[in-house]
Amino acid sequence: MDNTINITLKVWRQRGPKEPGKFETYELKNISTESSFLEMLDVLNEQLVQKHEEPVVFDHDCREGICGMCSLYINGQPHGKDAAVTTCQLHMRRFNDGDTITIEPWRSAGFPIIRDLMVDRTAFDKIMQAGGYVSVNTGGIPDANAIAIAKPIADEAMDAASCIGCGACVAACKNGSAMLFVSAKVSQLALLPQGKVEAAKRVKAMIAKMDELGFGNCTNTGACEAECPKSVSISNIARLNREYLCAKFKD
Amino acid sequence: MWLTNSSVGRKLVMSISGIFLVLFLTFHMSMNLVAIISADAYNAVCGFLGSNWYAVAGTAVLVAGVLVHFVMAAVLTAQNKNARPVKYEVSSKTDVEWSSKNMFVLGLVIIGILCFHLIHFWAKMMLPELIGSEDMIKETAAIVAQSGLECKEVEATQNGAALIRFTFSQWWVCLIYLAWLCALWFHLTHGIWSALHTVGMNNKVWMSRIKCISMIFATIICLGFAAVVVFGYCSNL
Repeated sequence: MDNTINITLKVWRQRGPKEPGKFETYELKNISTESSFLEMLDVLNEQLVQKHEEPVVFDHDCREGICGMCSLYINGQPHGKDAAVTTCQLHMRRFNDGDTITIEPWRSAGFPIIRDLMVDRTAFDKIMQAGGYVSVNTGGIPDANAIAIAKPIADEAMDAASCIGCGACVAACKNGSAMLFVSAKVSQLALLPQGKVEAAKRVKAMIAKMDELGFGNCTNTGACEAECPKSVSISNIARLNREYLCAKFKD
Repeated sequence: MWLTNSSVGRKLVMSISGIFLVLFLTFHMSMNLVAIISADAYNAVCGFLGSNWYAVAGTAVLVAGVLVHFVMAAVLTAQNKNARPVKYEVSSKTDVEWSSKNMFVLGLVIIGILCFHLIHFWAKMMLPELIGSEDMIKETAAIVAQSGLECKEVEATQNGAALIRFTFSQWWVCLIYLAWLCALWFHLTHGIWSALHTVGMNNKVWMSRIKCISMIFATIICLGFAAVVVFGYCSNL
């Protein structure tokens, strides 16, 4: 199988955070359908370098779907049309010969553009710094089963912990809400004994930080869950609401 | 005040006011069904409510509920628009419930036609009694006489059965009411489960259940109201 396709790319180009941006159109010939989406962008950048033009800036790192660095809003969907994958796991076999592919950066007041397709996602780090940790010394690795945790609860905590913090939830949400991210980060700790001690303090601090950074209000559309590359469930958002409301009513 | 300063607080206000309005709709729908069974019984209900202090107090609380729900929705919608200052070139292709994306527009439609509905009933029943306008009471009496509905002697402003018959004698009014109920159905199918989700009453197992419950509940409410519209129209034939 050595199929190739010719495609047209419409890519958002913006030299800096304060500069005006616009879409540039590029024609790409003979792209292997076996290549990944990011490899296709590498081909584009090689061509731009050879023409002495500025390459397109985009975030990427591990290219195996676990680091959460790659982003890109491709043809109206974060991480493209495949479900439960990151952009780096999207392949060109999902596109047809002659397709026009529009590539945009995440659009959110909380994620300002750094350059081209790269956005500043340190807002997520700030939310984590506000309380997404356990501040007691839990010592060395405990013996297995020294603290008994029911399997369904351990599974839910693990599912919440699978969030890689890529920001696709914010990018997909019509309200630019970061609730799925925050709910996953609150849930992974709130479900386990080590995290329960500071649960009330944590949820209040993280929600306050999220609101401060300009993310929108959740309206339960579920777009975040549909586009999440790790399929983090919006049932975490119900837990986040529950934790927050309980903490506030206790005050 | 955390109820207005935090995103979850604002959502709680939407949720609680929404649940209150759903409970009111349930009451209103059940009350309307009485009109299908017996005009006299329905008028008795109207007479019981009338412009008594508890009905007026109830109406005031209801207006407050609608206002809180509407004003908070406007605030949230504006904030959510600001959370994405630059729009996407390609509109979202993510598959989500249609109603969940259009709750504010649906709400505007519901409030708009609500004014139309208040002119038909509230302005002919409670309002004339409240302000003691003789002219308005006479106007209502004329409509009641025109409806040609025979029932026990009641004051015109408490003859809800006659007003139903008169209002729904025009086919286009019926169509507007049915369109209103469709908008309400879409609003409720998302609103009911969303309200429960916002107060935290949801998890992986209950997700599909509360969505199903909200679908059934919205359908029962809207069909109940629609039945009275159709009944009102047919009773003129």
